[in-house]
Amino acid sequence: MAITKKSVDLTTDLGFLKLRNPVLAASGTFGYGLEFEPYLDLEKLGGFVVKGLYYEPREGNPPPRLVETASGLINAIGLQGIGVEAFSEKVLPKLRRLKTAVIVNVCGADDDEYAAVVEYLDKQEGIAAYELNISCPNVKAEGLCPALSPRTTFDLVKRIKAASRRPLITKLSPNVTSIVEIAKAAEEAGTDAIALVNTFLAMALDLETRRPKLRNVFGGLSGPAIKPIALRMVYQVASRVRVPVIGMGGIMTGADALEFLVAGAAAVEVGTVNFIDPDAAVRIVAEIESWCEAHGVAAVREVVGTIKVF
Amino acid sequence: MTIDRNARLREIRNWDDYFHLAIDAPEIGREARPGQFVMVKVADGPSPLLRRPLSIHDAGASGIELFFKVAGLGTEILSRKKPGDPLDLIGPLGKGFTVTNGMKGKRAFCVGGGRGIAPIYFLARELGARGLQTNIFYGGRRLVDIPLRDKFEKAGIELLCSTDNGSFGFGGLVTELVGLELAKTKPDVLYACGPEAMMKVLASLAAKHRVPAEFSLESVMGCGIGACWGCVHRIKNESGDGWTKICEEGPVFPGERILWP
Repeated sequence: MAITKKSVDLTTDLGFLKLRNPVLAASGTFGYGLEFEPYLDLEKLGGFVVKGLYYEPREGNPPPRLVETASGLINAIGLQGIGVEAFSEKVLPKLRRLKTAVIVNVCGADDDEYAAVVEYLDKQEGIAAYELNISCPNVKAEGLCPALSPRTTFDLVKRIKAASRRPLITKLSPNVTSIVEIAKAAEEAGTDAIALVNTFLAMALDLETRRPKLRNVFGGLSGPAIKPIALRMVYQVASRVRVPVIGMGGIMTGADALEFLVAGAAAVEVGTVNFIDPDAAVRIVAEIESWCEAHGVAAVREVVGTIKVF
Repeated sequence: MTIDRNARLREIRNWDDYFHLAIDAPEIGREARPGQFVMVKVADGPSPLLRRPLSIHDAGASGIELFFKVAGLGTEILSRKKPGDPLDLIGPLGKGFTVTNGMKGKRAFCVGGGRGIAPIYFLARELGARGLQTNIFYGGRRLVDIPLRDKFEKAGIELLCSTDNGSFGFGGLVTELVGLELAKTKPDVLYACGPEAMMKVLASLAAKHRVPAEFSLESVMGCGIGACWGCVHRIKNESGDGWTKICEEGPVFPGERILWP
Protein backbone atom coordinates (compact mmCIF):
# COMPACT_ATOMS: atom_id res chain seq x y z
CA MET A 1 0.00 0.00 0.00
CA ALA A 2 1.33 3.35 -0.95
CA ILE A 3 1.86 5.72 1.91
CA THR A 4 0.83 9.22 1.02
CA LYS A 5 3.36 11.69 2.27
CA LYS A 6 1.61 14.49 4.07
CA SER A 7 3.03 17.64 2.63
CA VAL A 8 4.22 20.43 4.87
CA ASP A 9 3.63 24.02 3.84
CA LEU A 10 7.12 25.52 3.87
CA THR A 11 6.21 28.85 2.33
CA THR A 12 7.49 31.85 4.20
CA ASP A 13 6.04 35.34 3.92
CA LEU A 14 8.29 38.20 4.91
CA GLY A 15 5.54 40.66 4.03
CA PHE A 16 7.53 42.26 1.21
CA LEU A 17 8.73 38.93 -0.18
CA LYS A 18 7.25 35.45 -0.41
CA LEU A 19 9.74 32.59 -0.24
CA ARG A 20 9.33 28.95 -1.25
CA ASN A 21 10.78 27.96 2.12
CA PRO A 22 12.58 29.72 4.97
CA VAL A 23 16.12 28.75 3.92
CA LEU A 24 18.36 31.30 2.22
CA ALA A 25 22.03 30.85 1.43
CA ALA A 26 24.09 33.54 3.16
CA SER A 27 26.14 36.21 1.46
CA GLY A 28 29.85 35.54 1.16
CA THR A 29 29.37 31.79 1.37
CA PHE A 30 27.48 31.18 -1.84
CA GLY A 31 29.50 33.10 -4.42
CA TYR A 32 27.12 34.54 -7.02
CA GLY A 33 24.97 31.41 -6.77
CA LEU A 34 26.04 29.86 -10.07
CA GLU A 35 29.08 28.20 -8.44
CA PHE A 36 26.60 25.89 -6.70
CA GLU A 37 24.57 24.81 -9.73
CA PRO A 38 26.56 21.56 -10.17
CA TYR A 39 25.64 20.51 -6.63
CA LEU A 40 22.07 21.57 -5.97
CA ASP A 41 18.89 22.85 -7.58
CA LEU A 42 18.91 26.58 -6.82
CA GLU A 43 15.13 26.59 -7.26
CA LYS A 44 14.73 24.36 -4.20
CA LEU A 45 16.05 27.12 -1.95
CA GLY A 46 14.01 29.88 -0.42
CA GLY A 47 16.59 32.07 -2.10
CA PHE A 48 20.16 33.15 -1.86
CA VAL A 49 22.10 36.29 -1.05
CA VAL A 50 24.94 36.95 -3.48
CA LYS A 51 28.39 37.99 -2.36
CA GLY A 52 28.67 41.58 -1.16
CA LEU A 53 28.94 44.13 -3.97
CA TYR A 54 30.76 47.41 -3.89
CA TYR A 55 30.32 49.78 -6.81
CA GLU A 56 33.76 49.08 -8.28
CA PRO A 57 35.53 45.70 -8.43
CA ARG A 58 37.44 45.10 -5.21
CA GLU A 59 40.63 43.22 -4.78
CA GLY A 60 40.30 42.05 -1.20
CA ASN A 61 43.00 41.20 1.33
CA PRO A 62 46.32 39.42 0.77
CA PRO A 63 46.47 35.77 1.88
CA PRO A 64 46.36 33.93 4.22
CA ARG A 65 42.69 34.79 4.28
CA LEU A 66 41.27 31.78 6.10
CA VAL A 67 42.01 29.88 9.25
CA GLU A 68 40.09 27.01 10.74
CA THR A 69 39.51 27.13 14.50
CA ALA A 70 37.61 24.89 16.95
CA SER A 71 34.25 24.25 15.23
CA GLY A 72 34.69 27.44 13.27
CA LEU A 73 36.35 29.38 10.54
CA ILE A 74 37.87 32.86 10.63
CA ASN A 75 37.93 34.68 7.32
CA ALA A 76 39.45 37.93 6.17
CA ILE A 77 38.61 37.87 2.48
CA GLY A 78 38.16 41.64 2.44
CA LEU A 79 35.02 41.55 0.29
CA GLN A 80 36.82 40.84 -2.97
CA GLY A 81 34.25 41.18 -5.71
CA ILE A 82 33.43 42.06 -9.28
CA GLY A 83 31.48 45.29 -8.73
CA VAL A 84 27.96 46.23 -9.84
CA GLU A 85 28.67 46.59 -13.54
CA ALA A 86 30.18 43.13 -14.11
CA PHE A 87 27.55 41.63 -11.82
CA SER A 88 24.72 43.21 -13.79
CA GLU A 89 26.16 42.33 -17.18
CA LYS A 90 27.67 38.90 -16.64
CA VAL A 91 25.94 37.33 -13.65
CA LEU A 92 22.46 38.78 -13.27
CA PRO A 93 21.19 37.65 -16.71
CA LYS A 94 21.92 34.06 -15.66
CA LEU A 95 20.27 34.50 -12.25
CA ARG A 96 17.17 36.18 -13.71
CA ARG A 97 15.89 32.96 -15.26
CA LEU A 98 15.84 31.19 -11.85
CA LYS A 99 12.57 30.82 -10.00
CA THR A 100 14.12 31.67 -6.68
CA ALA A 101 14.62 34.87 -4.68
CA VAL A 102 17.91 36.54 -5.55
CA ILE A 103 18.96 39.03 -2.87
CA VAL A 104 21.96 41.28 -3.36
CA ASN A 105 24.23 42.14 -0.45
CA VAL A 106 25.07 45.85 -0.78
CA CYS A 107 28.41 47.25 0.42
CA GLY A 108 30.01 50.67 0.54
CA ALA A 109 33.17 52.32 1.75
CA ASP A 110 31.00 55.31 2.71
CA ASP A 111 27.30 56.17 2.63
CA ASP A 112 27.57 57.61 -0.89
CA GLU A 113 28.90 54.34 -2.28
CA TYR A 114 26.06 52.31 -0.73
CA ALA A 115 23.64 54.73 -2.39
CA ALA A 116 25.45 54.46 -5.72
CA VAL A 117 25.27 50.64 -5.63
CA VAL A 118 21.54 50.69 -4.95
CA GLU A 119 20.95 53.36 -7.58
CA TYR A 120 22.75 51.25 -10.19
CA LEU A 121 21.06 48.00 -9.21
CA ASP A 122 17.62 49.64 -9.12
CA LYS A 123 17.89 49.90 -12.91
CA GLN A 124 18.40 46.14 -13.22
CA GLU A 125 15.68 43.49 -13.18
CA GLY A 126 15.73 40.19 -11.35
CA ILE A 127 16.59 41.24 -7.81
CA ALA A 128 14.09 40.45 -5.04
CA ALA A 129 15.56 42.62 -2.29
CA TYR A 130 18.73 44.24 -1.01
CA GLU A 131 20.59 43.10 2.06
CA LEU A 132 22.39 46.12 3.44
CA ASN A 133 25.81 45.10 4.74
CA ILE A 134 26.39 47.73 7.40
CA SER A 135 29.58 45.97 8.57
CA CYS A 136 31.82 47.45 5.85
CA PRO A 137 34.74 49.53 7.13
CA ASN A 138 33.96 53.20 6.47
CA VAL A 139 36.83 55.18 4.96
CA LYS A 140 35.41 58.46 6.31
CA ALA A 141 35.13 57.15 9.89
CA GLU A 142 38.60 55.71 10.52
CA GLY A 143 37.53 52.31 9.24
CA LEU A 144 34.69 51.93 11.72
CA CYS A 145 31.59 50.38 10.22
CA PRO A 146 28.09 51.88 10.35
CA ALA A 147 26.83 48.84 12.30
CA LEU A 148 28.71 49.90 15.42
CA SER A 149 26.39 52.68 16.52
CA PRO A 150 22.62 53.27 16.44
CA ARG A 151 23.20 56.74 14.93
CA THR A 152 25.28 55.62 11.93
CA THR A 153 22.98 52.62 11.41
CA PHE A 154 19.92 54.86 11.44
CA ASP A 155 21.43 57.39 9.01
CA LEU A 156 22.57 54.80 6.51
CA VAL A 157 19.36 52.73 6.58
CA LYS A 158 17.21 55.85 6.22
CA ARG A 159 19.21 57.08 3.25
CA ILE A 160 19.28 53.74 1.44
CA LYS A 161 15.62 53.01 2.12
CA ALA A 162 14.72 56.36 0.57
CA ALA A 163 17.03 55.80 -2.40
CA SER A 164 15.86 52.27 -3.22
CA ARG A 165 12.82 50.99 -5.03
CA ARG A 166 13.26 47.54 -3.50
CA PRO A 167 12.72 46.04 -0.04
CA LEU A 168 15.64 46.48 2.31
CA ILE A 169 17.00 43.90 4.75
CA THR A 170 19.55 45.33 7.17
CA LYS A 171 22.23 42.85 8.23
CA LEU A 172 23.62 43.56 11.68
CA SER A 173 27.07 43.03 13.11
CA PRO A 174 27.21 41.15 16.41
CA ASN A 175 30.29 43.12 17.47
CA VAL A 176 28.30 45.66 19.44
CA THR A 177 27.37 46.26 23.07
CA SER A 178 23.62 46.24 22.53
CA ILE A 179 22.33 44.45 19.47
CA VAL A 180 18.73 45.39 20.31
CA GLU A 181 19.55 49.10 20.26
CA ILE A 182 21.05 48.79 16.78
CA ALA A 183 18.12 46.69 15.56
CA LYS A 184 15.66 49.28 16.82
CA ALA A 185 17.60 52.04 15.08
CA ALA A 186 17.37 50.13 11.80
CA GLU A 187 13.65 49.55 12.31
CA GLU A 188 13.03 53.20 13.12
CA ALA A 189 14.89 54.17 9.94
CA GLY A 190 12.45 52.09 7.93
CA THR A 191 14.21 48.79 7.18
CA ASP A 192 11.82 46.11 5.93
CA ALA A 193 13.60 43.30 7.77
CA ILE A 194 16.60 42.63 9.94
CA ALA A 195 19.15 39.89 9.32
CA LEU A 196 21.63 38.80 11.96
CA VAL A 197 24.34 37.89 12.72
CA ASN A 198 27.34 38.74 10.60
CA THR A 199 30.65 37.21 11.73
CA PHE A 200 32.30 37.82 15.09
CA LEU A 201 35.58 39.75 15.08
CA ALA A 202 38.26 37.21 15.96
CA MET A 203 41.89 36.21 15.55
CA ALA A 204 44.13 33.17 15.67
CA LEU A 205 47.87 33.06 16.15
CA ASP A 206 50.70 30.65 15.58
CA LEU A 207 52.49 30.01 18.84
CA GLU A 208 55.76 28.97 17.22
CA THR A 209 56.14 31.98 14.96
CA ARG A 210 54.08 34.25 17.27
CA ARG A 211 52.43 35.68 14.19
CA PRO A 212 48.70 36.08 13.55
CA LYS A 213 47.47 33.32 11.25
CA LEU A 214 45.66 35.83 9.03
CA ARG A 215 47.58 38.41 7.04
CA ASN A 216 44.88 40.89 8.04
CA VAL A 217 45.45 39.97 11.72
CA PHE A 218 41.70 40.06 12.44
CA GLY A 219 38.92 38.22 10.67
CA GLY A 220 35.31 37.18 11.13
CA LEU A 221 34.45 33.96 12.96
CA SER A 222 31.63 31.81 11.60
CA GLY A 223 30.48 28.21 11.86
CA PRO A 224 28.98 26.10 14.65
CA ALA A 225 31.22 27.81 17.24
CA ILE A 226 29.08 30.97 17.07
CA LYS A 227 25.62 29.38 17.02
CA PRO A 228 24.72 29.79 20.70
CA ILE A 229 25.65 33.49 20.68
CA ALA A 230 23.86 34.07 17.38
CA LEU A 231 20.74 32.32 18.68
CA ARG A 232 20.74 34.52 21.80
CA MET A 233 21.01 37.66 19.68
CA VAL A 234 18.29 36.59 17.26
CA TYR A 235 15.99 35.84 20.16
CA GLN A 236 16.71 39.22 21.78
CA VAL A 237 16.11 41.13 18.58
CA ALA A 238 13.06 39.17 17.42
CA SER A 239 11.31 39.78 20.70
CA ARG A 240 11.92 43.55 20.51
CA VAL A 241 11.22 44.52 16.87
CA ARG A 242 8.12 44.24 14.69
CA VAL A 243 9.82 43.75 11.33
CA PRO A 244 10.66 40.19 10.28
CA VAL A 245 13.99 38.82 11.45
CA ILE A 246 16.23 36.56 9.38
CA GLY A 247 18.42 34.53 11.70
CA MET A 248 21.81 33.04 11.02
CA GLY A 249 25.01 31.91 12.66
CA GLY A 250 26.49 28.42 12.54
CA ILE A 251 23.44 26.61 11.14
CA MET A 252 24.52 23.15 10.01
CA THR A 253 21.24 21.17 10.15
CA GLY A 254 17.49 21.46 9.87
CA ALA A 255 17.30 21.26 13.66
CA ASP A 256 19.67 24.24 13.99
CA ALA A 257 17.50 26.20 11.55
CA LEU A 258 14.32 25.31 13.43
CA GLU A 259 15.86 26.55 16.68
CA PHE A 260 16.30 29.98 15.09
CA LEU A 261 12.67 29.89 13.88
CA VAL A 262 11.45 28.96 17.35
CA ALA A 263 13.54 31.83 18.76
CA GLY A 264 11.60 34.19 16.52
CA ALA A 265 13.29 34.28 13.11
CA ALA A 266 10.87 34.24 10.18
CA ALA A 267 13.57 32.78 7.93
CA VAL A 268 17.19 31.69 8.20
CA GLU A 269 20.39 32.01 6.25
CA VAL A 270 22.91 29.19 6.09
CA GLY A 271 26.52 30.10 5.50
CA THR A 272 29.69 28.26 6.41
CA VAL A 273 28.02 24.87 5.91
CA ASN A 274 27.85 25.63 2.16
CA PHE A 275 31.65 25.36 2.05
CA ILE A 276 31.63 21.91 3.59
CA ASP A 277 28.62 20.46 1.79
CA PRO A 278 27.69 22.49 -1.28
CA ASP A 279 24.27 20.80 -1.27
CA ALA A 280 23.66 21.53 2.44
CA ALA A 281 20.99 24.20 1.96
CA VAL A 282 18.73 21.72 0.16
CA ARG A 283 19.38 19.06 2.78
CA ILE A 284 18.44 21.56 5.50
CA VAL A 285 15.12 22.30 3.73
CA ALA A 286 14.38 18.55 3.64
CA GLU A 287 15.30 18.16 7.31
CA ILE A 288 12.97 21.01 8.28
CA GLU A 289 10.19 19.35 6.32
CA SER A 290 10.77 15.97 7.98
CA TRP A 291 10.81 17.50 11.43
CA CYS A 292 7.53 19.28 10.76
CA GLU A 293 5.98 16.05 9.49
CA ALA A 294 7.18 14.12 12.51
CA HIS A 295 5.82 16.79 14.86
CA GLY A 296 2.45 17.24 13.17
CA VAL A 297 3.31 20.76 12.03
CA ALA A 298 1.29 21.57 8.92
CA ALA A 299 3.06 24.83 8.08
CA VAL A 300 6.55 25.85 9.08
CA ARG A 301 5.41 29.41 9.84
CA GLU A 302 3.52 27.97 12.83
CA VAL A 303 6.90 27.29 14.45
CA VAL A 304 8.13 30.89 14.28
CA GLY A 305 8.48 32.54 17.68
CA THR A 306 7.02 29.61 19.63
CA ILE A 307 9.80 29.63 22.22
CA LYS A 308 8.47 28.88 25.70
CA VAL A 309 10.40 30.79 28.33
CA PHE A 310 9.45 28.88 31.49
CA MET B 1 32.44 17.32 -10.43
CA THR B 2 30.38 15.27 -8.03
CA ILE B 3 29.89 14.76 -4.35
CA ASP B 4 30.64 11.09 -3.74
CA ARG B 5 29.42 10.15 -0.28
CA ASN B 6 29.76 6.45 -1.01
CA ALA B 7 33.48 6.40 -1.63
CA ARG B 8 35.33 3.73 0.30
CA LEU B 9 38.94 3.31 1.34
CA ARG B 10 40.30 0.21 -0.35
CA GLU B 11 43.90 0.27 0.75
CA ILE B 12 46.17 2.41 2.91
CA ARG B 13 49.92 2.22 3.33
CA ASN B 14 52.57 4.51 4.65
CA TRP B 15 56.24 5.34 4.74
CA ASP B 16 56.90 7.36 7.85
CA ASP B 17 54.58 10.43 7.66
CA TYR B 18 53.73 9.86 4.00
CA PHE B 19 50.47 8.07 3.26
CA HIS B 20 49.05 6.46 0.15
CA LEU B 21 45.31 5.84 -0.10
CA ALA B 22 43.51 3.85 -2.77
CA ILE B 23 39.84 4.79 -2.82
CA ASP B 24 36.84 3.30 -4.59
CA ALA B 25 35.16 6.30 -6.21
CA PRO B 26 34.39 5.31 -9.81
CA GLU B 27 32.67 8.46 -10.97
CA ILE B 28 35.46 10.76 -9.80
CA GLY B 29 38.08 8.28 -11.04
CA ARG B 30 36.71 8.26 -14.57
CA GLU B 31 36.47 12.02 -14.78
CA ALA B 32 39.78 12.99 -13.15
CA ARG B 33 42.64 14.60 -15.10
CA PRO B 34 46.24 15.01 -13.88
CA GLY B 35 46.62 18.09 -11.69
CA GLN B 36 43.04 18.12 -10.43
CA PHE B 37 42.16 17.68 -6.77
CA VAL B 38 39.46 16.45 -4.42
CA MET B 39 38.01 17.95 -1.25
CA VAL B 40 38.01 15.25 1.40
CA LYS B 41 35.79 15.30 4.47
CA VAL B 42 38.01 14.00 7.22
CA ALA B 43 35.43 13.77 10.02
CA ASP B 44 31.71 13.94 10.61
CA GLY B 45 30.66 16.76 12.87
CA PRO B 46 32.22 20.14 13.45
CA SER B 47 35.83 19.25 14.19
CA PRO B 48 37.75 19.65 12.04
CA LEU B 49 35.15 21.71 10.25
CA LEU B 50 36.48 22.05 6.72
CA ARG B 51 37.27 19.53 4.02
CA ARG B 52 40.91 19.16 3.01
CA PRO B 53 42.13 19.69 -0.55
CA LEU B 54 44.27 16.81 -1.79
CA SER B 55 45.83 16.37 -5.19
CA ILE B 56 44.78 13.32 -7.20
CA HIS B 57 47.77 10.97 -7.28
CA ASP B 58 46.30 8.57 -9.82
CA ALA B 59 42.88 7.76 -11.22
CA GLY B 60 41.11 5.06 -13.16
CA ALA B 61 37.77 3.34 -13.69
CA SER B 62 37.52 2.11 -10.10
CA GLY B 63 38.52 5.26 -8.30
CA ILE B 64 41.38 7.47 -7.27
CA GLU B 65 44.60 7.37 -5.29
CA LEU B 66 45.83 10.04 -2.92
CA PHE B 67 49.33 10.64 -1.59
CA PHE B 68 49.99 13.11 1.20
CA LYS B 69 52.18 13.92 4.14
CA VAL B 70 50.64 14.30 7.58
CA ALA B 71 50.84 18.03 8.15
CA GLY B 72 48.10 18.80 10.64
CA LEU B 73 44.89 17.63 12.27
CA GLY B 74 43.03 16.87 9.04
CA THR B 75 45.68 14.72 7.39
CA GLU B 76 46.39 13.08 10.76
CA ILE B 77 42.76 11.91 11.06
CA LEU B 78 42.79 10.79 7.44
CA SER B 79 45.96 8.78 8.06
CA ARG B 80 44.15 6.72 10.71
CA LYS B 81 41.39 5.50 8.36
CA LYS B 82 41.10 1.76 7.79
CA PRO B 83 40.34 -0.22 4.64
CA GLY B 84 36.56 -0.39 4.22
CA ASP B 85 35.98 2.99 5.90
CA PRO B 86 33.54 5.25 4.05
CA LEU B 87 34.84 8.51 2.61
CA ASP B 88 33.05 11.64 1.43
CA LEU B 89 34.74 13.35 -1.52
CA ILE B 90 33.99 16.24 -3.86
CA GLY B 91 35.77 16.15 -7.16
CA PRO B 92 37.49 16.16 -9.47
CA LEU B 93 38.00 19.89 -8.99
CA GLY B 94 40.07 22.62 -10.62
CA LYS B 95 41.98 22.82 -13.84
CA GLY B 96 44.84 20.36 -14.23
CA PHE B 97 48.01 20.26 -16.33
CA THR B 98 47.65 20.92 -20.05
CA VAL B 99 48.09 17.62 -21.87
CA THR B 100 47.03 17.39 -25.52
CA ASN B 101 47.22 14.82 -28.28
CA GLY B 102 49.42 17.13 -30.33
CA MET B 103 52.25 16.59 -27.86
CA LYS B 104 53.20 13.14 -29.12
CA GLY B 105 56.96 12.71 -29.52
CA LYS B 106 57.75 15.82 -27.46
CA ARG B 107 59.82 15.87 -24.31
CA ALA B 108 58.50 16.91 -20.89
CA PHE B 109 60.34 17.57 -17.65
CA CYS B 110 58.17 16.80 -14.62
CA VAL B 111 59.35 17.88 -11.19
CA GLY B 112 57.91 16.80 -7.85
CA GLY B 113 59.26 18.12 -4.56
CA GLY B 114 58.37 16.14 -1.41
CA ARG B 115 54.61 15.59 -1.17
CA GLY B 116 54.37 17.60 -4.40
CA ILE B 117 55.14 14.37 -6.22
CA ALA B 118 51.45 13.45 -5.75
CA PRO B 119 50.04 14.73 -9.07
CA ILE B 120 53.30 14.09 -10.96
CA TYR B 121 52.72 10.32 -10.95
CA PHE B 122 49.31 10.63 -12.61
CA LEU B 123 50.77 13.19 -15.03
CA ALA B 124 53.79 11.01 -15.91
CA ARG B 125 51.51 8.05 -16.68
CA GLU B 126 49.29 10.21 -18.86
CA LEU B 127 52.22 11.74 -20.73
CA GLY B 128 53.72 8.27 -21.32
CA ALA B 129 50.39 7.01 -22.67
CA ARG B 130 50.29 9.92 -25.11
CA GLY B 131 53.73 9.13 -26.44
CA LEU B 132 55.81 11.85 -24.82
CA GLN B 133 59.40 11.40 -23.68
CA THR B 134 59.57 12.26 -20.00
CA ASN B 135 62.28 13.10 -17.49
CA ILE B 136 60.78 12.81 -14.02
CA PHE B 137 62.58 14.58 -11.17
CA TYR B 138 61.80 13.59 -7.60
CA GLY B 139 63.42 15.58 -4.82
CA GLY B 140 63.25 15.57 -1.05
CA ARG B 141 65.24 16.63 1.95
CA ARG B 142 66.20 13.10 2.97
CA LEU B 143 65.77 9.59 1.64
CA VAL B 144 62.53 9.16 3.67
CA ASP B 145 61.07 12.13 1.85
CA ILE B 146 61.12 10.38 -1.55
CA PRO B 147 59.26 7.16 -0.73
CA LEU B 148 57.54 6.61 -4.07
CA ARG B 149 60.69 5.54 -5.94
CA ASP B 150 59.59 1.88 -6.16
CA LYS B 151 56.14 2.81 -7.38
CA PHE B 152 57.52 4.75 -10.34
CA GLU B 153 59.97 1.98 -11.07
CA LYS B 154 57.22 -0.68 -11.08
CA ALA B 155 55.26 1.46 -13.53
CA GLY B 156 58.33 1.56 -15.76
CA ILE B 157 58.85 5.28 -15.22
CA GLU B 158 62.47 6.25 -14.82
CA LEU B 159 63.30 8.76 -12.09
CA LEU B 160 66.00 11.31 -11.45
CA CYS B 161 66.14 11.56 -7.65
CA SER B 162 67.74 14.12 -5.42
CA THR B 163 68.09 14.55 -1.67
CA ASP B 164 69.18 17.77 -0.02
CA ASN B 165 71.42 15.84 2.41
CA GLY B 166 72.89 13.63 -0.30
CA SER B 167 71.59 10.36 1.21
CA PHE B 168 70.22 9.23 -2.16
CA GLY B 169 70.62 10.23 -5.77
CA PHE B 170 71.89 13.68 -6.63
CA GLY B 171 73.08 15.49 -3.51
CA GLY B 172 71.51 18.96 -3.43
CA LEU B 173 68.30 20.71 -4.30
CA VAL B 174 66.13 19.24 -7.03
CA THR B 175 66.22 22.62 -8.75
CA GLU B 176 70.02 22.26 -9.15
CA LEU B 177 69.53 18.83 -10.71
CA VAL B 178 66.90 20.20 -13.09
CA GLY B 179 69.29 23.05 -13.95
CA LEU B 180 72.02 20.59 -14.87
CA GLU B 181 69.67 18.55 -17.08
CA LEU B 182 68.30 21.69 -18.75
CA ALA B 183 71.84 22.55 -19.78
CA LYS B 184 72.03 19.18 -21.58
CA THR B 185 68.51 18.72 -22.96
CA LYS B 186 65.87 21.31 -23.75
CA PRO B 187 62.39 19.92 -23.13
CA ASP B 188 59.27 21.17 -24.90
CA VAL B 189 57.45 21.67 -21.61
CA LEU B 190 58.10 21.62 -17.87
CA TYR B 191 55.55 20.73 -15.20
CA ALA B 192 56.10 21.01 -11.45
CA CYS B 193 54.47 20.66 -8.08
CA GLY B 194 56.14 21.23 -4.73
CA PRO B 195 57.19 23.91 -2.28
CA GLU B 196 56.67 27.45 -3.57
CA ALA B 197 60.40 28.24 -3.22
CA MET B 198 61.20 25.28 -5.51
CA MET B 199 58.64 26.28 -8.09
CA LYS B 200 59.79 29.89 -8.06
CA VAL B 201 63.34 28.80 -8.98
CA LEU B 202 62.01 26.42 -11.64
CA ALA B 203 59.90 29.21 -13.12
CA SER B 204 62.96 31.39 -13.61
CA LEU B 205 64.97 28.44 -14.98
CA ALA B 206 62.21 27.62 -17.46
CA ALA B 207 61.96 31.26 -18.50
CA LYS B 208 65.72 31.47 -18.97
CA HIS B 209 65.73 28.37 -21.18
CA ARG B 210 62.52 29.48 -22.93
CA VAL B 211 60.64 26.37 -21.92
CA PRO B 212 56.88 26.74 -21.38
CA ALA B 213 56.09 25.66 -17.84
CA GLU B 214 53.09 24.89 -15.67
CA PHE B 215 52.98 24.89 -11.88
CA SER B 216 50.49 23.43 -9.45
CA LEU B 217 49.92 25.89 -6.60
CA GLU B 218 48.91 24.92 -3.09
CA SER B 219 46.76 26.75 -0.58
CA VAL B 220 44.53 26.36 2.41
CA MET B 221 41.03 26.11 0.95
CA GLY B 222 37.68 26.78 2.53
CA CYS B 223 35.48 25.14 -0.07
CA GLY B 224 37.43 24.11 -3.20
CA ILE B 225 34.58 25.21 -5.48
CA GLY B 226 35.16 28.93 -5.88
CA ALA B 227 32.68 30.10 -3.27
CA CYS B 228 34.77 31.32 -0.35
CA TRP B 229 37.56 33.25 -2.13
CA GLY B 230 40.02 32.08 0.52
CA CYS B 231 42.70 30.42 -1.64
CA VAL B 232 44.01 33.30 -3.73
CA HIS B 233 47.39 33.88 -5.38
CA ARG B 234 48.67 36.76 -7.49
CA ILE B 235 48.06 35.80 -11.12
CA LYS B 236 48.39 37.95 -14.24
CA ASN B 237 45.03 38.28 -15.92
CA GLU B 238 43.68 40.32 -18.81
CA SER B 239 42.25 42.67 -16.21
CA GLY B 240 45.50 43.07 -14.27
CA ASP B 241 47.43 41.31 -11.52
CA GLY B 242 44.61 40.33 -9.24
CA TRP B 243 44.09 37.88 -6.43
CA THR B 244 42.92 34.81 -8.29
CA LYS B 245 41.21 31.75 -6.82
CA ILE B 246 43.55 28.75 -6.94
CA CYS B 247 40.70 26.25 -6.63
CA GLU B 248 38.70 27.52 -9.59
CA GLU B 249 41.18 28.94 -12.10
CA GLY B 250 44.00 26.63 -10.96
CA PRO B 251 45.53 24.89 -9.15
CA VAL B 252 47.73 24.61 -12.27
CA PHE B 253 48.81 27.90 -13.87
CA PRO B 254 51.24 28.72 -16.68
CA GLY B 255 54.54 29.94 -15.25
CA GLU B 256 54.45 33.28 -17.00
CA ARG B 257 51.16 34.19 -15.33
CA ILE B 258 52.24 33.48 -11.75
CA LEU B 259 53.57 36.37 -9.67
CA TRP B 260 55.73 34.78 -6.99
CA PRO B 261 55.89 36.40 -3.56
